[in-house]
Amino acid sequence: MSVVTQLLATLLPDLIVAPIVVPLMTAAVMLALGESRRGANAVLNVASTLGTLCVCAALLVAVARNDVPAAVVAYLPANWSVPFGIALAIDRLSALMLVLASIIASASLLFACARWHRAGVHFHPLFQLQLMGINGAFLTADLFNLFVFFEVMLAASYGLLLHGSGRRRVRAGLHYLTINLMASTLFLAGVGVLYGIAGTLNLADLAQKLPHIPAADRGLLHAGAALLGLAFLIKAAAWPLNAWLAPAYSAAGAPVAALFVLLTKVGVYSVLRLWALLMHGETDALALFGANALVWGGFVTLTIASIAMLASMNVGRLAGFGVVMSSGTLLAAIGFDHPTVVGGALFYLLASTLACSALFLVGDLVERARAGAASDAPIHVEQTDHLPFYLEMRDVDGAANLDDREGALVGQPVPWAVAFVGVSFVAFALVIAGLPPTPAFIAKFAMLDALVGVRQAAELPARVISLEGWAMLTLLLTSGLFAMIALSRAGIRYFWAPQQRPPPALRALECAPVVLLLAACAGLVIAPAPVLAYATEAAKAALQPTSYIETIMSARPVPPPPTRGQQ
Amino acid sequence: MEVVLSLVIGVLGAAGIWLVLQPRTFQVVLGLSLIAYAVNLFVFSMGSLWIGREPIVVPGTPSDLDHYTDPMPQALVLTAIIISFATTALFLVLLLVSRGLTDTDHVDGEE
Repeated sequence: MSVVTQLLATLLPDLIVAPIVVPLMTAAVMLALGESRRGANAVLNVASTLGTLCVCAALLVAVARNDVPAAVVAYLPANWSVPFGIALAIDRLSALMLVLASIIASASLLFACARWHRAGVHFHPLFQLQLMGINGAFLTADLFNLFVFFEVMLAASYGLLLHGSGRRRVRAGLHYLTINLMASTLFLAGVGVLYGIAGTLNLADLAQKLPHIPAADRGLLHAGAALLGLAFLIKAAAWPLNAWLAPAYSAAGAPVAALFVLLTKVGVYSVLRLWALLMHGETDALALFGANALVWGGFVTLTIASIAMLASMNVGRLAGFGVVMSSGTLLAAIGFDHPTVVGGALFYLLASTLACSALFLVGDLVERARAGAASDAPIHVEQTDHLPFYLEMRDVDGAANLDDREGALVGQPVPWAVAFVGVSFVAFALVIAGLPPTPAFIAKFAMLDALVGVRQAAELPARVISLEGWAMLTLLLTSGLFAMIALSRAGIRYFWAPQQRPPPALRALECAPVVLLLAACAGLVIAPAPVLAYATEAAKAALQPTSYIETIMSARPVPPPPTRGQQ
Repeated sequence: MEVVLSLVIGVLGAAGIWLVLQPRTFQVVLGLSLIAYAVNLFVFSMGSLWIGREPIVVPGTPSDLDHYTDPMPQALVLTAIIISFATTALFLVLLLVSRGLTDTDHVDGEE
């Protein structure tokens, strides 16, 4: 173990930049190789993604290993001194998000390599650039740099959403592009206002300067913060800015949609990071500006998503609204500004992201089974919203084993492919609904325990057990029920309805990512305590960012190497 | 100068928002461009508005912000212009594809 520690210690400050540089370089090499060598690109992509996963895991180990209450490591990529150059920083929250992003990316990529990557051009370079944007957004400690990484991420996502083309994707892509361009302009305006007031873009420097803003500028400060918040909330799909999400995600190819689940989490992460850094000043004007908007906005998002889930029949749309539901829960939990609640929320973030991504993948397998076995090319199929099942089922011909008299359904062997798809659908549906024994249940329990629990009542401030606390309790339970109803209805329709269809032809490459995500969820159930403890530590450090600020402000550029013999 | 600039930003922004809310894709792309101009000017003005001041240190002039204009917003705007240019170009491509696939220039692909 000491070898690992030593290796990490020597690599550490520079290793931070690897999750950004590796995808960028890989994408450049892929573009040079060209689209004709897709096999080589796929191998490169898998190697790079798995390599990034290893790097992120190493970073996680490095920040989790330190016994310091909040382990933060800062890195100055351009070697400028702190408030002037761009700074990168990793703490427990960033490391957690990076590892989650790498796991989802690996699963999505493996799934895509089975066949989706052949549906259009430049899938692999776009995929790597998307990863670069996501990782960069998690790592940066500079407001404008965050904007740039958002744009990298979005630019790649426009290309990926249109991967495979088709009318439905183009239509959804047009809306997605428009709303995100509007969000970017809002982001830029917010950055401009904050720079105009504080004269700095470094997050740590901003956090130190904002409490000293003169009272006359506070209105402007709040306006700037609200503009920024709006941009992040559009990305995180908070109501009423989320109408774009379900059409876009259900139109996208399955592996792309699975990857896009991460984009909403980048929005949630940015809200948490910036809100905790910038709006936690001691002065009244800063203290928790927008907390109520987060809490109640999250509640409304959660409600709308639950109702929308009841109204959806298609697995893609169900997963899409599952994403919105998860965003609503997270935003509301962040608004409570309590380390234990936010810690539970981070655990919930892990579970729900894994499950939603997996549901998009499983949904693709389900849809393929419906389209028939001769469906190696349903990529261009124009899907419309399906009719309610009782209307559709009239078409089932009389030869089906509908009736008890015509022969028993019992004893008929279930093809393993159907069993696999069915079992994984049920498992991920349980996670999204948050029923025991899934990790989402543990997370919801942790959040609710912190909100209304008696055990810690002594240490909780009075405002926490309040109207909001009870509303959260009710909504979490009701939304779980609604999700369960909607998902089990879809499950019954897809798996229990008598079908004369041959089982879907599954490839090992398509089963592997589903198994991987299933195993990740199982891991969260088997050993929840260390993960939950880590998440709580991460939340504590994120909400009290003193050491984050101090580490970044005290980072010093590396001195130039001594020049040998001036000539 | 401040009044003129704020009027320009306001008019560009208002016209842009009105156009973005229109049903035709071409109107939307024009609106997005106008909003991008408005925001770029806005960010540019956030440093401070001066005429005839250098953004980069010249020998002989004391190096403080009383004698220079803030170079930071200019750098930010440069990046923002490139990004908005690229995304507008992408939007134009998408607009043409949508037009080709649906035979209409309505943003929803149907009248």
